[in-house]
Amino acid sequence: MSATRTVDVRVDYVSRVEGHGNIVVTARNGEVDDVRFEVTEPPRFFEAMLRGRPFDQAPLITSRICGICSNGHVLAAITAVEDAMGIVPSDQTMLLRRLLLWGEIIQSHVLHAYFLVAPDFFGVGSVVPLVETHPEVVKRALRLKKLGNHICDVVGGRAVHQVSATIGGFTRLPTPEQLRELDRSLAEAQTDLAATIELFAGLELPAFERATEYLSLESSADYAFFGDTIFSSQGGTTPVRSYREKVREHVVPHSSAKHCASDAGAFMVGALARVNNGYSRLSEGARQAAVALDLCPPVSNPFKNTTAQVVETVHCVEEARAVIATLLETGLRSEPPDPAPRAGRGTGAVEVPRGTLYHEYAIDEEGRITDANLIIPTGQNLANLEADMWAFAPYLIPLGTEKAQHTLEMLVRAYDPCISCSTHVIDLTESGKEVQR
Amino acid sequence: MDGPLRPTKRPRLALFELASCAGCQLQILNCEDELVDLLQLVEFVYFKEAISETGNEYDIALIEGAVTREADETRLRAIRERAPLVITLGACAHPVGIPGLKNAHDSEEPGRLVYGDAAGYFPSTLARPVDAIIPVDAHIPGCPIHKDEFLSVVTALLVGRRPPIPGYPVCVECRLAENPCAFDRGALCLGPVTRAGCGALCPSYGSRCYGCRGPADDPNVSSFEALLEKNGLNAEDVLAEYVLYNGYRALGDQALTMEVSR
Ligand code: SF4
Ligand code: SF4
Ligand code: SF4
Repeated sequence: MSATRTVDVRVDYVSRVEGHGNIVVTARNGEVDDVRFEVTEPPRFFEAMLRGRPFDQAPLITSRICGICSNGHVLAAITAVEDAMGIVPSDQTMLLRRLLLWGEIIQSHVLHAYFLVAPDFFGVGSVVPLVETHPEVVKRALRLKKLGNHICDVVGGRAVHQVSATIGGFTRLPTPEQLRELDRSLAEAQTDLAATIELFAGLELPAFERATEYLSLESSADYAFFGDTIFSSQGGTTPVRSYREKVREHVVPHSSAKHCASDAGAFMVGALARVNNGYSRLSEGARQAAVALDLCPPVSNPFKNTTAQVVETVHCVEEARAVIATLLETGLRSEPPDPAPRAGRGTGAVEVPRGTLYHEYAIDEEGRITDANLIIPTGQNLANLEADMWAFAPYLIPLGTEKAQHTLEMLVRAYDPCISCSTHVIDLTESGKEVQR
Repeated sequence: MDGPLRPTKRPRLALFELASCAGCQLQILNCEDELVDLLQLVEFVYFKEAISETGNEYDIALIEGAVTREADETRLRAIRERAPLVITLGACAHPVGIPGLKNAHDSEEPGRLVYGDAAGYFPSTLARPVDAIIPVDAHIPGCPIHKDEFLSVVTALLVGRRPPIPGYPVCVECRLAENPCAFDRGALCLGPVTRAGCGALCPSYGSRCYGCRGPADDPNVSSFEALLEKNGLNAEDVLAEYVLYNGYRALGDQALTMEVSR
């Protein structure tokens, strides 16, 4: 009779992800006992901090939840406040908002794919050794990242924490010269994009599949980054205003970020969910990239979230060029935003790099925020990540602790979690009391 | 405090994160044109978000984020003991930035609101700047830091110079940029009392200064007061704005639990 063999996988502070998370897996005689992805980031309390602030500071404050998805928070906050106050943005404003969002998606996806994920496949601990061994890869990554930041700069005034998008529109517009110059940079990125597709098509991702529910926004017009409807890969749609019925939060003791579940249990949001749900609406180049990257839906390998990010990078570059062409053709009109406070409650959802981001605010007659609820993509993905770890761990444990540990870290990285983002998730009701939904 | 910088070919940098949005460290990665050279000049021995390997010996500790937990204090003291130079990155670490907004509410209240009865799992204290706990050698201001300022501070330290950060207020840069003044349209702007160096970014983009770079060394108090009076604004209006980024100093210890924003 063999003795009990206990295997503990414990990774304290997974590196190359945003924020502080630990992996804990315990197995006895090959049977997985426990799986946890612990989130120990300091709680941040943004919803409480928003109470009493003027409505037009919602974008400024919530963008400081996360520097990487800053524009995403800005846009979700703006959309929600506009919904509450009955403001309908102009077509020009919506085009500029798309650019602002896509710039961030490009820079975030490139950062994740090249700086955080790729080192695992080169067998190194960071991008730093690659400066010596693969300078062309590093330089390409930096050029593409800069391209994303360039878009944010032109539209928002700076790469991190933009200063021009606000409730009702933009306080300053890019000049036609800036847009033309930006378009040239986007056009020049073709070679780098092709090389990126080739690089990521050549990486051998762990072969792991687990079917799950994919949620993303839906729009009849395009591959949705903005929209009023939540689409589920398992069928059915939910209006964004009823998001609480679809996306339900709960506290788990080992995580300062709340977990989320739909009726079907854990679900996934992010690039892979969007490509699965919106493949046919991708730009032509992005669809070709998807074919090259073996990413034709349905795809149920979470490691392919990174490849889906490459596809979306191609999509955003192509679509950004189309939007710039439209803006230059119609000409930019000055539309100074001048929102008047109005009491109401509103919801806004935006597809940000890591998935669907929900903001909801209640605003009083004086324009003060009286109540806020924010649901962050990483929080939505945590339960699904743990479900993947439960399913994958039994195959990894026999390979030894080190291999299991490393592969689980790669799995966490594939989700591109933004942990500091997710640790303030809160459920405030009008009375200011927490309710379990 | 002037810390002795270990004479070395490649100073070792370590980057630590407290309660922050990671936007300041992202600004370091955003030095796309300089990053390859920078990595040859300095060695990052601790940068969790970008690098797996960790080292415990470093010459410069960069700290991003506000202090919000008791554990942060212990960590900071340990870092201070090891690091000849401690530099803060951004408004969260100094003067306290957006995390300081939490101080406007009772320190237990936000936790209870967020996590309900489970609040005990996640203890949190008032948000404080790093120099409330340990001595700091230099602050790089801003929300986020400007990458040029980061590079110039690192370069200055490498050659043994003090980092050049302006002490005059944002208004100086704003007038040079010939922006229309926010006060002329009735808005409250913190430019007269806020440290310059951002090129008056927000007023230049049709907005106003929210004070992210912290108090200027030589604020223009008299002109500020005159502008406030002309616009019928009072100290309470200023405080309500000031707590956005300067919520540690603005409130003072005993006022910390009051609800300024109401
Ligand atoms: S100072 Fe601003 S940009 Fe820097 S970490 Fe804090 S919130 Fe983020
Ligand atoms: S008060 Fe503000 S807008 Fe007016 S000059 Fe000073 S910085 Fe510029
Ligand atoms: S204008 Fe004020 S708020 Fe804006 S970047 Fe400069 S110091 Fe910060």
